[in-house]
Amino acid sequence: MSTLPDPAPETAAAPAAPSAPAAKPGSEWLHYAVRNPKLLIGFSLVVVLFATGLAGPLLLDNGNPNEYVGPQASAPDGTYWMGTTTFGQDVYAQFVHGLRATFLVGVVGGAIAAVIAMLVGFLAGYRGGITDEILNMLTNVVLVIPALAVLLIINAYMGVRSVAVQGLFIGLTSWPWAARAIRAQTFSLRTREFVDLARLSGSGTWRIVFREIAPNMSSYLFMMFILLFGGSILIASSLDFIGLGPTEGVSLGLMLQSAQQWSALQLGMWWWFIPPGAGITAIVGALYVANVGLDEVFNPKLRES
Amino acid sequence: MTLTVDDLRVHYRTLRGEVRALDGVGFDLADGEILGLAGESGCGKTTLGKALIRLDGRMRHAGGTVTLDGDELPLSDDRAMNAYRFHKISLVPQYSMSALNPTRRIGRMIRELLASRGVTVDTDELHRRLALVGLEPGVLDRYPIELSGGMKQRAVMVISTLLDPSVLIADEVTSALDVSNQQAVVGALTGLRDKGLVTSMIFVTHDLGLTSHIADSIMVMYAGKLAEKAPTKVLTTEPRHPYTRMLIGSLPQVGARYKDKPLSGIEGSPPSLLDPPPGCRFRDRCPLADARCAEEPPVVEIAPRHSVACWKAA
Amino acid sequence: MRRYFARKLLVYALTFVVAVTVNWMIPRFMPGDPVAAMVARARVSQPEAAEAMRTYYNNLFGFDEPLWQQYLHFWGALLQGDFGISIWVFPTPVGDVLLDALPYTLGLMVPSVLLSWFAGNWIGALSARRKVLDNTVLPVGYLLTAMPYMWIAVILAWAFGAQAGWFPLSGGYSLDIQPGWNAGFVLDALHHWVLPFLSLFLVALGGWAIGMRNMIIYELESDYSSYLSALGAPQRLIRRYAFRNAVLPQVTGLALQLGVLVAGALVTEIVFAYPGLGSLILAAIQNQDFFLLQGAFLFIVIGVLIANFLIDIVYVVVDPRTRTGMAGGTS
Repeated sequence: MSTLPDPAPETAAAPAAPSAPAAKPGSEWLHYAVRNPKLLIGFSLVVVLFATGLAGPLLLDNGNPNEYVGPQASAPDGTYWMGTTTFGQDVYAQFVHGLRATFLVGVVGGAIAAVIAMLVGFLAGYRGGITDEILNMLTNVVLVIPALAVLLIINAYMGVRSVAVQGLFIGLTSWPWAARAIRAQTFSLRTREFVDLARLSGSGTWRIVFREIAPNMSSYLFMMFILLFGGSILIASSLDFIGLGPTEGVSLGLMLQSAQQWSALQLGMWWWFIPPGAGITAIVGALYVANVGLDEVFNPKLRES
Repeated sequence: MTLTVDDLRVHYRTLRGEVRALDGVGFDLADGEILGLAGESGCGKTTLGKALIRLDGRMRHAGGTVTLDGDELPLSDDRAMNAYRFHKISLVPQYSMSALNPTRRIGRMIRELLASRGVTVDTDELHRRLALVGLEPGVLDRYPIELSGGMKQRAVMVISTLLDPSVLIADEVTSALDVSNQQAVVGALTGLRDKGLVTSMIFVTHDLGLTSHIADSIMVMYAGKLAEKAPTKVLTTEPRHPYTRMLIGSLPQVGARYKDKPLSGIEGSPPSLLDPPPGCRFRDRCPLADARCAEEPPVVEIAPRHSVACWKAA
Repeated sequence: MRRYFARKLLVYALTFVVAVTVNWMIPRFMPGDPVAAMVARARVSQPEAAEAMRTYYNNLFGFDEPLWQQYLHFWGALLQGDFGISIWVFPTPVGDVLLDALPYTLGLMVPSVLLSWFAGNWIGALSARRKVLDNTVLPVGYLLTAMPYMWIAVILAWAFGAQAGWFPLSGGYSLDIQPGWNAGFVLDALHHWVLPFLSLFLVALGGWAIGMRNMIIYELESDYSSYLSALGAPQRLIRRYAFRNAVLPQVTGLALQLGVLVAGALVTEIVFAYPGLGSLILAAIQNQDFFLLQGAFLFIVIGVLIANFLIDIVYVVVDPRTRTGMAGGTS
């Protein structure tokens, strides 16, 4: 999902109705936002899952989701809503804790990738010249190396104990496409009048980037963060599944891994492998759908008339 | 008459309701006439240009008729309009620089476009017309990216007029060009009319000075309505509508008597067309306005081919 | 065009050097004594094997040499095709182990990537045309593309393998069949291939369909489309142009997605215990076979670089502008 079509920078959203009184752009976005079903559905689903991950563990009696608490390999019932594992672990308890871990890895990985992408993209796009050449080369190299393969090596040798460290490594490897997109956008903004004006008034590079350029592509940056967020979750789940997940705690990917490892499939224990995968799919899918909604809100060309 | 527009109304659908971008405009375009269409942005001139060839998704034909060579154009029927497009009425768009498919050689694109309209290409004629605007036949084997901006613009002019349309709409074709290129484009457009490749032309622009070089007559629009229409000479030397007079007064002229006055735009801005107030729409900015202007002034032909919508002009 | 390829090759060469260097650095900058740790973790039962490994590693890493010499030796061995000796299947060379697995991974990936790309583009283009279809393609596409590869693999295995019993749950071929080029083996291998192929195909399909739909809509809004419409060109022509141009970013997208596709293939193989690189990587991790893991890493990087280069060639073929020397692909 890294093929984000270039939305025009929103300053270009001029061909609105002639002579219509200029409304505050913020209120216009809000107007479309609350009427966009994709955004509403996607966003609500993310919020519900986030709330479940946040509140779910607090409502459980037992602090450790990996403890053997119930009967072994029992199907969902009134006590264990999602059944239990071969060892008698409560799948529901693991699920709500796993949601937490999944959001955490998404936020950490997505945020770190976004920060690197912005630093590289803004600098390359704004400075141009030799800076651009070098950063572009760096971006291309990191882009071509498959992130998962690098993470395999790093995680295997170093061992990853916590979800946050996993997120850190994911962030360090998944920024290139976003950096490239930001570079292209910055490039098109840098010759605009308001940027020239700032430059003439003697502002430094970063001041111009964060005062003049970034605000003009804020919606684009936000949508990019959402995609990086979803991407981090998917990569993390793959690492977990291969057996290179965090060694402490529980995540949706680790749940899938242990279900696979202990033959839940062959034993017909569907309640063990359906919830974690469904959780990941729901979070990532909802993020993507919300992202399309946002795109329609921010980009007047895409609005259905 | 090539083209007769009568009480044309086109509305834009927006969040807050329908914007009356074109609110009852009527005029005639004679055979061989080049009509300059001028006004501030948002006055409805671009909407008028679009309405005559293709309404975009948010535009609605709200009333009035357009008659071209005796046929009434089915403006709101996109499919039926196809019969007239290109053959009868054609367009040199504002976005000429990006109007050509970037992945087709220009010659092939022309062949495919013409074939889709059931016309075969007369290669000699095509070369002749390219030469007319100063392009080598070689451009046909090039991709658009290999051409300069000015070359692309001229290529688009040739393509748009290949079927000898009755009316050509040139929409802000000069706004992206520097002065010397503007002169070249204006010259090429006049040449097309003089050679009879297009019968008549509507030259849409915000640049009244440039219009006066090319147009036989000029129509000034204000807030979705006609303000004044007259032969170029008359309109530039003895304008009657206060708006036109202020526009002319705001024109920079080399060595002219305005030299010592500070150049200034007209104070204020046009009214909202969402729900426009009754009466003359210019009255809030008009130095001559009085009580009578609360009533809408009709378009009156005060002299042959000179129409004005103003109580003070009659 | 020469410049275009020269730039690409420079990036790929640089990438390869970086990848090899990372591969070389990680074991050396790990805290502690890597050789002892590896031999201990390998849990080799025979003392002579353990001793052989210790000697082998010490020679291989050459810890008594200066770092730059170690680095050069590493390259020297690599260029001779020497990836080291596997611990898991000691003493088979890592290169041989990987080469045995490679056909399975390629046999899974190449058809699923190509078919999903073509089918996805086709579906996406259709859905940009019909509202009804669009309303189905969008949600289904987003659902598919949001699914973790291993999860859809587990679901398919459960539904069509465990429940319906139509396809085998695991392996690349039945254990009672000897691999070879005969009809019996090929049919059996195909039977085992269907489900892993299908899971890779479906997830990727969603992404391509959505990408194509969005790109076509973008192209249909573009200036050249408006111009053609204004000249009364039929929708057929305009859509043909839009499709043609929308394919270009999809080709670039294929290069961008390679890493994700490889990752998908690896985890899918693990679900089905399919005897490709993915299963090898799992075995390497479980058996602490770092040489095998590092070899697999280099194999994947080389594979991705070759695939990137092939895509570059395709891009030059489909985008005429690259051939004029005026503009290049963006990747």
